[in-house]
Formats: sequence, C-alpha cells, structure tokens
Amino acid sequence: MNAASFYEAWNSLPGETLAGALERARNATAGDVNAALERVPVDSDGFLALISPAADGMMERIERAARELTIQRFGRTVNLYIPLYLSNQCVNDCAYCWFGSSRAIERRTLTLDEAETEAVRLRVEGYRSVLLVAGEDPRHVTVDYLAGCARLMKRLGFAFVGIETQTFAVEDYARLAAAGVDGVTVYQETYDARRYRQLHPKGPKRDYVWRMDAANRAARAGVRSVGVGALLGLGDYYHDALALATHVKHLYRHHWQTAVAISFPRLHAAPEGYAGGGEVTDAMLSRLIMAMRLTFPDAMLTLSTREAAPLRDRLFGAGVNQVSAGSKTSPGAYTGRGAAAGEQFPVVDDRPPARVIESIRGHGLEWVFKDWDASLLPVGKEG
Amino acid sequence: MKNNGSKSSDPLVIAGRSFASRLMIGTGKFRAPAEMTASVEASGAEIVTVALRRVDLDNPDDHIMSYLDASKYLILPNTSGARDALEALRLARLARAAGVSDWVKLEVTPDPRYLLPDPVETLKAAELLIKEGFTVLPYMPADPVLAKRLAEAGCATVMPLGSPIGSAQGIRTKESIAIIIEQATVPVVVDAGLGAPSHAAEAMEMGADAVLVNTAVAAAADPAAMAAAFAKGVEAGREAFRAGLRRALNTAEASSPVSGLPW
Repeated sequence: MNAASFYEAWNSLPGETLAGALERARNATAGDVNAALERVPVDSDGFLALISPAADGMMERIERAARELTIQRFGRTVNLYIPLYLSNQCVNDCAYCWFGSSRAIERRTLTLDEAETEAVRLRVEGYRSVLLVAGEDPRHVTVDYLAGCARLMKRLGFAFVGIETQTFAVEDYARLAAAGVDGVTVYQETYDARRYRQLHPKGPKRDYVWRMDAANRAARAGVRSVGVGALLGLGDYYHDALALATHVKHLYRHHWQTAVAISFPRLHAAPEGYAGGGEVTDAMLSRLIMAMRLTFPDAMLTLSTREAAPLRDRLFGAGVNQVSAGSKTSPGAYTGRGAAAGEQFPVVDDRPPARVIESIRGHGLEWVFKDWDASLLPVGKEG
Repeated sequence: MKNNGSKSSDPLVIAGRSFASRLMIGTGKFRAPAEMTASVEASGAEIVTVALRRVDLDNPDDHIMSYLDASKYLILPNTSGARDALEALRLARLARAAGVSDWVKLEVTPDPRYLLPDPVETLKAAELLIKEGFTVLPYMPADPVLAKRLAEAGCATVMPLGSPIGSAQGIRTKESIAIIIEQATVPVVVDAGLGAPSHAAEAMEMGADAVLVNTAVAAAADPAAMAAAFAKGVEAGREAFRAGLRRALNTAEASSPVSGLPW
C-alpha cells in the first residue's frame, strides 16, 4: 500500500468501522459532546460527537470554544481573499455546476491582458490574496497559461496566489509552485465514490481516485498550502464530513511542512436536471465548521460568498478565519468589459467588502488583506 | 481494527518485520553474561541491542553475542561511542562485514557526560547508512522536526530520548514526544532515561510503539526480576492505550479512539 495515498488509506478502512463511526455521529448524546469539549483538540470520537445532532443543543458552548481556539491560534484577525475567474470553459459536465459542458452559457477564457485588467482592479481595491478559478478545458487552461497568470499576479503585488482548477500531476504542480502558486484548492465534491460517478458523467474529472490524491500531489510538489473540501449537500453529510476530516489528518501526517485549509461550500441552487442529495441545514454547516476548528486548531477555515450574510456574520471568528467578500463568479466580471460570461454559482452574500469588514469588526476582529509574502517560496526551494 | 484483543494481533512492525514484544533491551552494564541472558529472557524482548565497540568481532567465541541465541532475538548492533557520522558509518560497516546485521541502532553522542545525541551528525549518518542499504533506528533528541527529517530520510523508527541515558529520570520530554507520536509515520520507540516500569507504562500509554531499556535493568539488585517488571509495565501501558485511555490533558496527545478510526 502506498501510505501517502489518501485514496488507499480511506479505502482500507474496514466497512464496519466506517459504518460504526457514522452511527456514532448520528446517535451521539449530549454526554458525548460534553466529553469532547473537555478534550480539545478532539480526536475522531470528539469530532463525531461535535457534528452530531446532539451538538445543536450545546452550540453556545461549542461556539465559545471554537472562538477561543481561533483567537488563540490566529489572533483577532480574519483574512480576506477574492476569487478571480479566469475561464468558464469546461469539458466536464458535473450535474451540480453551472459551468457544465451541457449548459448553454456564454463562455470565455481571459487573455493575460484581460486577467491583468481584472487583477489590477482587485489590487486597487486592496486585495492581496487571490484565488484563480477556472473550469477544465485543456485547449484553453493549460499549465503554461496558469503559470503565466500566477507570475502576473505576483508581479501585480498579490502576496498569496491560490488556484482552484482541474487537478495536475506532481511535476505540473511543481511548475505552478515555481511560477508563484502558493495554494492549491481541490474539492472532492463528495467522497462517496458511487455518488461521485453519478454526478460526474464525463470528462477527466470523472476519475475519482486521481482527484482524491490531488492535494497530496500538490503538497509533494512543494505547494505551501493545500485546500480541501466537500460540496455539502451532494452526498451524505456525515460520511462526507468524516471523510474530509480524515483527509485533513492524512495530509497533516504525510506532509508536515504543508499548511491545510478547509472550505465549506454548500450547494444552494443547482442547474436544471440535478437530482438532489441530502439537505445540509445552517445548523449542520455550523456544527461542521466548529467541529473542524476543534479538531484542527491550525487549519485555515474558509467561508465564501455562497452563504447568506446573516449566517456568515454569525460564523466570522467562530472557527472561520478566512473569507471572501465582493466576489463575482464569472470571467471578466470585475471590470465588466463587454457582457459578463456565465457564473459558476450565484453569489448570495453580495455586500461590498466594506460592509463585510464592518461585520467582522463587530466581532472584535480585524480584517487582514495580507498574510503572506512573495519571498515565501515552495517547500524545499531556495531563492 | 485496534481494540481486538491479544498481543499477537497487535504486533510491532518495523521495516516489515513483526515483533510480539514492545520492549527492547540493551545488553551493556550487566555484571555477568549469565545475568544478562537471564534478564533478556525474563524481559520477553525480541530486539536486543549490542554495543559494537564492546564486541570483539575477530573472536566470535568470546564476545557478548555468543551468549545470545540469534534465532530467537534480533541482535541490533548500536554505534555507541561514535562521535560523528563517519565513526558511526565505520562501526555499522564493520558489523555488516562480520555478518552481525544490516540493521543498526544509530547512536552519535559526542558529549561524554550526558551522552546526548548529536542531531546534525545523526541525520547525516542516517542518510549515509540508508544509502548503503542499512535499516536504521536512530537514537535522537526528542525534537519533532528532527523526527520528521529522520523519517523522511528513510529511517525505520525514531527513538527519542525520555531523559539522558542512565539518568532514570523518566520522561522529561513528554510534550515533545507527544508531538512526535502524533505526527509519526514510523514506529516511535522511547529510548533512554526510563528508570522504572511506570516510566515505560507512561510512554506506552502516550501511544509510543515501544520502549528500550538498559541501565534500569542492568543496575537493579535483581536484573531478571526487574526485566520482568518492565515487561509488565510495557504491556499494561499498551493495553491501556488500546483500551481508549482518557486524560484531562490539553496537549497534543495521541489516543486510541473508541470509533476505531485511525485518528
């Protein structure tokens, strides 16, 4: 067995152990939650209790513990980042995604000049941390193209450059890291292999195994920060929550020099024809975020503008220490030159950054644009 | 997966080789060979360390290994006395040339008073030895980053010290060893400074994979009885760890979750 493969590690878990653990999560008691809170950071037993329905009755205590731990590790700060959509061209046809190849939307890939226009606008607004997002289309979005974009972002003064794109091999991630990519985000979408195949009928993304080990490959390539997540609502909440936490543990164990970020995207609206999984309520999402904080004191926990303002306001600092604000989810949307192309998903919290910052300050927290420096190179590389 | 009973279903696996006992024993400092062999026997240990500098490799009948049944024990030569990487390498090559073992317990201790391991030379030596095909078990300071570096270099275990060799102070490096265990991808063997069976039990309760003891046994009034007592301490600690020990400590401490998941 390849110990560095999360796919193999997850697959080697005996079925009865997994089933037993999921039972524990569904049926945990207030006593289990209490026991977890007395032992922070928690182990898998504690995690299962904290994501359980029993946690709902104790949210006040859980939230207090999550806030304390977040402050202890990150100080009274929340990082602000902005996604920059480079392309909505895509050869995959994910059932839940508005970029799916079967959707009739206006498609484009920004040229480097267009990307520069967008990026300059974001720099002027003060952003120093950017997440480059693109669909998967090997004709348009290549390693060279993304490397060029990353170099451009560094030149424009972005301290932290992340990518959320198709997945790559170790050598390609190494090239991207060398070009200035500091972070790689790969959502598994769902860790349920059967459901995954249903939702990904075509395209390279159909390869569940290749995707499952993408974060490990990026870490191995020297990328300093890897981000993982499940698109909540696609699969069983408990299964995906447990798999995600186990994935993070695995990354910590095998890549001790790599920082890990966890995102909590939740499916709110899907294109026509999508057949739903389970509902993930606000309470379930809150439980999961705080459980992750109480399990992983050092992880960056990210919440995007997919979520509504009132919920986001409540969660700033309650585990969450990295948020986007003012996001637009189609290529070219910030400068609006010509008609904006199709969006990946509707932005729900569409407040301008100033209003989001106001809310963050309301928690006694300070927002931070820059938490990184261009002199920080990929792991194992010297300047 | 974890809590399923007997010792045989809970082997210690090092470099692909399984051992039923989690106690390793050193052979230095005994008054007489008979006392040493009786202690090794009583300890139940399957891995027995031997200081190469004490072995007369040219005279097979006269050295310490002639007292130990090589079919029963893994004789693990150590490089004690080496002050830098090259000295350790020379000792290990001698052992291999004499057919003792490809496995080596790496000790590089330039300081003659506390015999503390040199982290820089230990890492260097490990890299050299692994390149030459040795299976390396390094004695090391309880430094979590060094543990990761040694594991990445290809070491078969890491062996952080509890306290200085022979000091019998127990585990004074507890917080660091807890982090080493939490992050480990190879077995963690707590080595040095364990003065009593309760110290060995403590290491095992923390989630260490094994312990190594020498002075506490060799210097006891009744070494064989002390070896047996250590064996019980190790077993008790291991069983408690596997049973899901709960502690009211706020540290990064490994535990064995009831859920049976590996974290």
